[in-house]
Amino acid sequence: MAGKTLYDKLWEAHLVKQRDDGTALLYIDRHLLHEVTSPQAFEGLRFAGRKPWRLDANLATPDHNVPTTDRSGPIEDEVSRIQVQTLDDNCDEFGIVEFKMHDQRQGIVHVVGPEQGATLPGMTIVCGDSHTATHGAFGALAHGIGTSEVEHVLATQCLIQKKMKAMLIRVDGKLGAGVTAKDVVLAIIAKIGTAGGTGYAIEFAGDVISSLSMEGRMTICNMAIEAGARAGMVAVDDKTIAYFEGRPYAPKGANWDKAVAYWKTLHSDPDAKFDAVVELNGAEIQPQVSWGTSPEMVVAIDEQLPDPDKENDPVKADGMRRAYEYMGLKPGMKMSDVVPDRVFIGSCTNSRIEDLRAAAAVAKGRKVSPKVKQAMVVPGSGLVKKQAEEEGLHKIFIEAGFEWREPGCSMCLAMNADRLGEGEHCASTSNRNFEGRQGYGGRTHLVSPAMAAAAAVVGHFVDVRSL
Amino acid sequence: MEKFTEFTGIVAPLDRANVDTDLIIPKQFLKSIKRAGFGPNLFDELRYLDEGQPGQDNSKRPINPDFVLNLPRYKGAQVLLARRNFGCGSSREHAPWALTDFGFRTVLAPSFADIFFNNSFKNALLPIVLSEETIDQLFKEVSANEGYRLTIDLANQQIVKPDGTKIPFEVDEFRKHCLLNGLDDIGLTLQDADAIHAYETKRRQEAPWLFDAIK
Repeated sequence: MAGKTLYDKLWEAHLVKQRDDGTALLYIDRHLLHEVTSPQAFEGLRFAGRKPWRLDANLATPDHNVPTTDRSGPIEDEVSRIQVQTLDDNCDEFGIVEFKMHDQRQGIVHVVGPEQGATLPGMTIVCGDSHTATHGAFGALAHGIGTSEVEHVLATQCLIQKKMKAMLIRVDGKLGAGVTAKDVVLAIIAKIGTAGGTGYAIEFAGDVISSLSMEGRMTICNMAIEAGARAGMVAVDDKTIAYFEGRPYAPKGANWDKAVAYWKTLHSDPDAKFDAVVELNGAEIQPQVSWGTSPEMVVAIDEQLPDPDKENDPVKADGMRRAYEYMGLKPGMKMSDVVPDRVFIGSCTNSRIEDLRAAAAVAKGRKVSPKVKQAMVVPGSGLVKKQAEEEGLHKIFIEAGFEWREPGCSMCLAMNADRLGEGEHCASTSNRNFEGRQGYGGRTHLVSPAMAAAAAVVGHFVDVRSL
Repeated sequence: MEKFTEFTGIVAPLDRANVDTDLIIPKQFLKSIKRAGFGPNLFDELRYLDEGQPGQDNSKRPINPDFVLNLPRYKGAQVLLARRNFGCGSSREHAPWALTDFGFRTVLAPSFADIFFNNSFKNALLPIVLSEETIDQLFKEVSANEGYRLTIDLANQQIVKPDGTKIPFEVDEFRKHCLLNGLDDIGLTLQDADAIHAYETKRRQEAPWLFDAIK
């Protein structure tokens, strides 16, 4: 019999019941909540007279709607204020632990979970947010769910699931200087397409993935959903274990030793069989920039933008033409021809300390170009912000002309006041370049934090390695 | 959940691939704390010529006359014909809520994003996967025939065309059962409460650190 994949192991460890109809009841260890996708779930519980199955499995924080500017007054936008207040009220009513807006531990739910040790290896983790795949970086089975499933998990601590197929994406070799986890994941999506991982749980492996920090691995798993896969994951190694030492909700004492022994088993067996295998050579990956309106529309910084007339697939060619029209770009251009009106460094993809360090290293001693209207840095959590300030990163950003903000999802999806104007281009470290995502008519270009900072100081997209 | 019954409905063609959930229902409408009322803002950025805001009177907004759902021939459509990777992106269940609130009961496409696909079944919206060729053919027929309707027969897993031709489709047995009977997933799962408790007892022994840390 073939060995087991990491996904097999996580699946089997959480199987409550295999039903005759082909579905399975899967136990959920951790449920993260935020204000946007939970109110209707709590309403459903109330309506049916149900209570949460297990309070200590839940952790909540508001992130999508919170202002990243001054927070001394109430949230100005009334609809946003009501949504955040509703989360507070629901958590108070049902007894769920919440890091409220003024708590220093508040932040983007996918940054907060690992930071607190609320995310741990071997867990099943869900949240009403597609970027829950982030937590798979720690050898966990983590994926996004809709609001009906948020209610289902609250009420039963389980999900009705069917096992996905398993895909292995190996990135071997060594990354060049200035090439980061973000470039790797964009290159992966460009290769397999935004539906390439549909129906799969992806395990990322290979020399490049092992050599990444936990922050880098989170960036990779975060965007598994942009490749169509609900779950992305990376095997546990010493770096994973070291990450959790001393985290508030991580095991302590004898439990720590017991946990570590278990965590060390969380990798695919050498003879495990995958349903699909994709391989990339890390040495060939260049800094990436998205040019279009789908995360698969990506080029290396020095490449020409592709010609839809040369695309054989008519549906794809049609999508490219539509994207060119929306983005105001033309085939054959280079991304270095494009001036970003705004620069956004943040989001659950790239707002952790390592991301801020990488951006600060580029910003240091330079100034945001006068061609750029606004450049902002939004830390992923209050604790990331605090650490960055202890390291003096905020001073580097402020001196260079970047705005230093309070933590939240911010301009990644523009549910709060941070957004693009119509027709504006943005160098963004976020995860989606969909039409209107960062603001009505806004034009998003996905890049790494270093590439975003480089675009900010040079005044057009540029290869960060040339600075 | 409402029972999913057989129906015959007008088909509206949305001829673009990778329709993401941001396009289906833009983020500003996600601030609502309700499940209903998203229909008027379905495909907001395509339907209207201005930027929509929650709570606005949509009847006063400038309509995009070229957008398919604004064409009189597709008024009252219940079947959405779409291209590959429909519903990609965000997990927002507001996407199926907006589609059903508008009046759609089924979406036909060559492929769907996983989370959207799953969310649809929880809301009596039936996503049906058909081959690229079949979808292409349907696009041609819809465009050539005003008032083109399809019958969606879930019980027999078939779509009936106006000329009586039948297109069979696959659907997961459990999901079919839930849709046809309008069953509440939570109620079904709670029938297995003993199995869940038993699992927890065993798990608490094996991995005590997974319990009681957050309080």
